[in-house]
Amino acid sequence: MITAILFKTILVAIIFLVSLGIAAYSTYAERKVAAFMQDRVGPDRAGPFGLLQPIADGVKMFTKEEIIPNASDRILFILGPCVFMLTALMMSAVVPWGKSFDIGGVEFTMQVADINIGILYIMAIASIGVYGIMIGGWASNNKYSLLGAIRASSQMISYELAMGMSIVAIILMTGSLSLREIVDGQMHGKWNVFYQPLGFIIFLVCAFAEANRAPFDLAECETELIGGYHTEFSSMKLGLYLFAEYVSMFISSAVISCLYFGGYHFPGIDSLDLPQNLAAIISVAVLFAKTLFFIFFFMWIRWTVPRFRYDQLMKLGWQIFIPLSIINILATGAWMTFVK
Amino acid sequence: MTQYLFYLLAALSVISALLVVFSKVPMYSVLWLVVCFFTIAGHYIILNAQFLAIVHIIVYAGAIMVLFLFVVMLLNLNKENEQHKNNWIRFAAVVSGGILFLTLIAAMRSTEVLAYNLPPKSEIGFVQNVGMKLFTDFVLPFEISSILFLSAMIGAVVLAKKDKN
Repeated sequence: MITAILFKTILVAIIFLVSLGIAAYSTYAERKVAAFMQDRVGPDRAGPFGLLQPIADGVKMFTKEEIIPNASDRILFILGPCVFMLTALMMSAVVPWGKSFDIGGVEFTMQVADINIGILYIMAIASIGVYGIMIGGWASNNKYSLLGAIRASSQMISYELAMGMSIVAIILMTGSLSLREIVDGQMHGKWNVFYQPLGFIIFLVCAFAEANRAPFDLAECETELIGGYHTEFSSMKLGLYLFAEYVSMFISSAVISCLYFGGYHFPGIDSLDLPQNLAAIISVAVLFAKTLFFIFFFMWIRWTVPRFRYDQLMKLGWQIFIPLSIINILATGAWMTFVK
Repeated sequence: MTQYLFYLLAALSVISALLVVFSKVPMYSVLWLVVCFFTIAGHYIILNAQFLAIVHIIVYAGAIMVLFLFVVMLLNLNKENEQHKNNWIRFAAVVSGGILFLTLIAAMRSTEVLAYNLPPKSEIGFVQNVGMKLFTDFVLPFEISSILFLSAMIGAVVLAKKDKN
């Protein structure tokens, strides 16, 4: 019991630190990827290849003057970024990071909580992620912030529907709501993306919209709304908002890999019959490789596709993706009943 | 252990529910209501009804309360521009609220406390069991309520479209 609690605590700490580390280096990677796509050099001053840039940015964020507007609601103004960061980090609790380790005859699963409703937990956290933005935007007492917050949250609730429906098709195929069972159902290269290509596309686009990333970053589009919901935020509060976006990008990349790309499985490795601990290490590495690819994919899209207009965004969500995802559920159901 | 957890959660639910009523700013009321929903979800988890707990969070905290927040934010309800209520309306509200309270107390008095006869580790709240019950024993009420929801949705769309023509 004590070792189990100790192990979970250590695992939580590791996941927390890794999420923050990856989020920090995502900011660097984003600028490098943008530079590469626009034929520039990108940050190269701090350290070799500019590798110390995230640390320099962090120091800058911490030492900037902190301004809380007089007309703002002080408590909610501070609470907003905290809630946003909290919900971004909470999602990592149910992600299965790898196979279980065997240390001295005791099994250690690389998952903080293997609850039997893991996928619903992810939907729940995604749906309460809106509060950080709404609270922050409202508490700023600024019209641009309020508009940004309203845009962000209406976008998030619209895309949640299609996202949930595309997940239903996966649940139909796996017959379980536990993320670990969904991942283990995709062994030997039977990745869900091959069976659910339409569902995958819907889920991916919705993940972009949920994370408020370009081409769906209407909530913070500079030309219309200055900085959107974080216009009034400065110093580390702004830092938390920007940082949490990268944390949620990392975790939603991990979730995409788990749901559609076999998670920690890779075709061929399971049949090699490796010793358990080595297999566990490789499985963690496989999941991270997939996750890093999707983080790159998020950036790739951001610097390639121009921003949507707001009415186009809403139309896409409600009139195209929701009907498509319902058709996807029906098709999957028919396939499960009549073919399989 | 579970008992202490229950008392903690119960205290939090009651306090947050009271704060919903006593907050002067509507925004705070809405946020305290969200906290209250979370504590109720905690109660469901103590009862081993995880599916109900998570659906409670998705539906109430994730969807309905966001719409509440929308309304409060868009109407910008604040203490300064709040309409001053007529004294007669206040009087009527107090009387009707008091009558409701009285009825509730009377109803509570006559009910007997039902024995909780499920074993403590009951698995009735697990999603498989809930789904089985819904689609076998209760399939007719379940489908009828889904049709009810559908008609409500269509009704909302029809009402919203009416003004354009």
